[in-house]
Amino acid sequence: MVSGKGGTGKTTVAAALALALAREGRRTLLVEVEGRQGIAQLFGAEALPYEERKIAVAPAGGGEVYALAIDAERALLDYLQMFYKLGSAGRALKKLGAIDFATTIAPGLRDVLLTGKACEAVRRKDKAGRYVYDHVIMDAPPTGRITRFLNVNDEVAGLARFGPIHNQAQAVMKVLKSPETAVHLVTLLEEMPVQETADGIAELQAAGLPVGRVVVNMVRPHHLDEEALGSAAGERRADVAKALSRAGLGGSRRGGLAERLVDPLLAQAAEHTGRVKLEREQRSVLEGLDVPTYELPLLGTGMDLAGLYELATELRKQAVDE
Amino acid sequence: MSGPETSEKLVGDEMGLDTPPVLAVDTLLDDPKTRIIVCCGSGGVGKTTTAAALGVRAAERGRKVVVLTIDPARRLAQSMGIASLGNTPSKVAGVSGHGGELHAMMLDMKRTFDEIVEAHAEGERARAILANPFYQSLSAGFAGTQEYMAMEKLGQLRARDDWDLIVVDTPPSRSALDFLDAPKRLGSFLDGKFIRVLMAPAKVGGRAGMKFLNVGMSLMTGTLSKLMGASLLRDVQTFVAAMDTMFGGFRTRADATFRLLQAPGTAFLVVAAPEPDALREAAYFVERLAAERMPLAGLVLNRVHGSDARQLSAERALAAAENLEDAGIVDQESGKAGLRDSDADTGTTDTGTPDTGTTDTGSPGADMSDADVDEITVGLLRLHAERMQVIAREQRTRDRFTSLHPEVAVAEVAALPGDVHDLAGLRAIGERLATGVPAGA
Repeated sequence: MVSGKGGTGKTTVAAALALALAREGRRTLLVEVEGRQGIAQLFGAEALPYEERKIAVAPAGGGEVYALAIDAERALLDYLQMFYKLGSAGRALKKLGAIDFATTIAPGLRDVLLTGKACEAVRRKDKAGRYVYDHVIMDAPPTGRITRFLNVNDEVAGLARFGPIHNQAQAVMKVLKSPETAVHLVTLLEEMPVQETADGIAELQAAGLPVGRVVVNMVRPHHLDEEALGSAAGERRADVAKALSRAGLGGSRRGGLAERLVDPLLAQAAEHTGRVKLEREQRSVLEGLDVPTYELPLLGTGMDLAGLYELATELRKQAVDE
Repeated sequence: MSGPETSEKLVGDEMGLDTPPVLAVDTLLDDPKTRIIVCCGSGGVGKTTTAAALGVRAAERGRKVVVLTIDPARRLAQSMGIASLGNTPSKVAGVSGHGGELHAMMLDMKRTFDEIVEAHAEGERARAILANPFYQSLSAGFAGTQEYMAMEKLGQLRARDDWDLIVVDTPPSRSALDFLDAPKRLGSFLDGKFIRVLMAPAKVGGRAGMKFLNVGMSLMTGTLSKLMGASLLRDVQTFVAAMDTMFGGFRTRADATFRLLQAPGTAFLVVAAPEPDALREAAYFVERLAAERMPLAGLVLNRVHGSDARQLSAERALAAAENLEDAGIVDQESGKAGLRDSDADTGTTDTGTPDTGTTDTGSPGADMSDADVDEITVGLLRLHAERMQVIAREQRTRDRFTSLHPEVAVAEVAALPGDVHDLAGLRAIGERLATGVPAGA
């Protein structure tokens, strides 16, 4: 399960994780539940149907990545069909708004259907008795809702005190709370995402759900030594102008082209070190959480397929499957 | 500092695209006809901060404002004195000027739902509903409840007429559109035929022609009962029965709020960051608002990066850094031709550093070697190159939006190095919003 605050890149991380885990001869399934078609966009593919499809081959002679966009309404109809052979009655229910009602309003039913479908994929075996997927990765709802989303099975089990939904919820909950599941939380080194991560971990732990790792995403490289920067802005300012000039950027005299770059470049550097300082504070907050981390770099050119493979390779370096 | 004009010129020069109209934030805030401002957009783009900053600015320009926030960062909430869940607006201290006032509140979804129940049902009946397990799950926040309650609260605040401007933040939905759809959906469910069927299957079969349907219904409630367990179905039925009689219809209420959003006094601001996902959502939202005939005031683009050294391209900065790293053997004079003089005068300040007059002396006291200076200069150049790449990427993303929606006015807010969590920070954001001070200034 990959969760994270909005804007932290959880879909990207989930996709990179699916690629990283698809080592040679293995197969992973990347699952989307919020109907955003974020996976398709990331892989430059057409909108995903409610059907498992091969979407990529992992880097370095790796295995295959399949993708699936789970649709709660379709999952419910499937479910009804499977257990009750509803056929046309299912359509009648749909017409009446009952399916819509059930998947949108009925407490937690929608979430049980989504996690239930993922759990089914986890447990599915082929004819030879092998698991069809070595790993199932879900691009899950954001941190603020993840515990409710996963724990909803408990809630449903409490509401529907017996009956098939109750049993289904219990079965799903058993998988989710097992050591086979890990909930990873994606964050940036910024105050709000880190705070949400801390809250999310506490909530998951309180609910007995297995916390995996914190994935620190978009980590910036640090080019500058703060002390040296202080001197550069102060007594060695003129030398910086000269260095710029030597680098081929114009004259270093006052008003010269190189000299006029000094102030803006130093201002940018000051902003950068300010941010580095804030990042350091957030990093120490994360360390205090005592949860292992992965770190992924900020890609300067923006996110594309090549970048996604780069992140997957990075995750492998950090021994993602060990 | 460069003013907005220079930056616009620069942007225009570089990109060769028409820049979108600038969103006149102060005009919007000052207009007494503006009664509601709705800030919407996908998660993580700074909606809450934008709403709070608009509230502070409007109040300090003399309006009596209430800000309804949904899920503010803890420190932001504390700075506005709304850290505790009161579910009613309280006055924010430290905001004054021109007779304005700022009130703020944080939405307590469950409490809002409970209050509706309490306001419409007598003691015993209200208690029965509040204790119903189905109600408890629903009110604790399943899909749509938060959106519905935000709208409900907006309706309440508007009805009180105690404020001349209401600024609303929208829930952190998976998609910006949820906010418009959820209330309607919830309303039509709780009011819809399915619920009525659940309630009283017999009624539906009143007419002879409906007999067949009626059989279907009992089959269905039977199935539902099997599926959900009879107790849950009973809980739902009890809940709906209790709600049905006391409400003037959920749908009616949802429709009323929807109309409020279409009214001329309402202005929507779509908030986004210059990233593909956020702007894609923003574009959807702009189209949707148009389809619903809801008044869009413009786009607020947060966290835009800028530079006062735009005359130095990323490529040249990297090449220069490499020159220095390759032992710094560069002909000083030949470098001069590289920069365009016309652009080179933006962004410099004449005041400040004392030792700019001479170029031939390093400071004797500094324990930095020339190699160290070169190293830090290389760092400055690489940092600049990264910045320019970010700017170019953001510009491409924005151009895509602008070419789709050239009519949408835009207010840009420069990226700040840290999070905003005090009134001074909100004021600074408000200033940037209103004056369109570009990034890097």
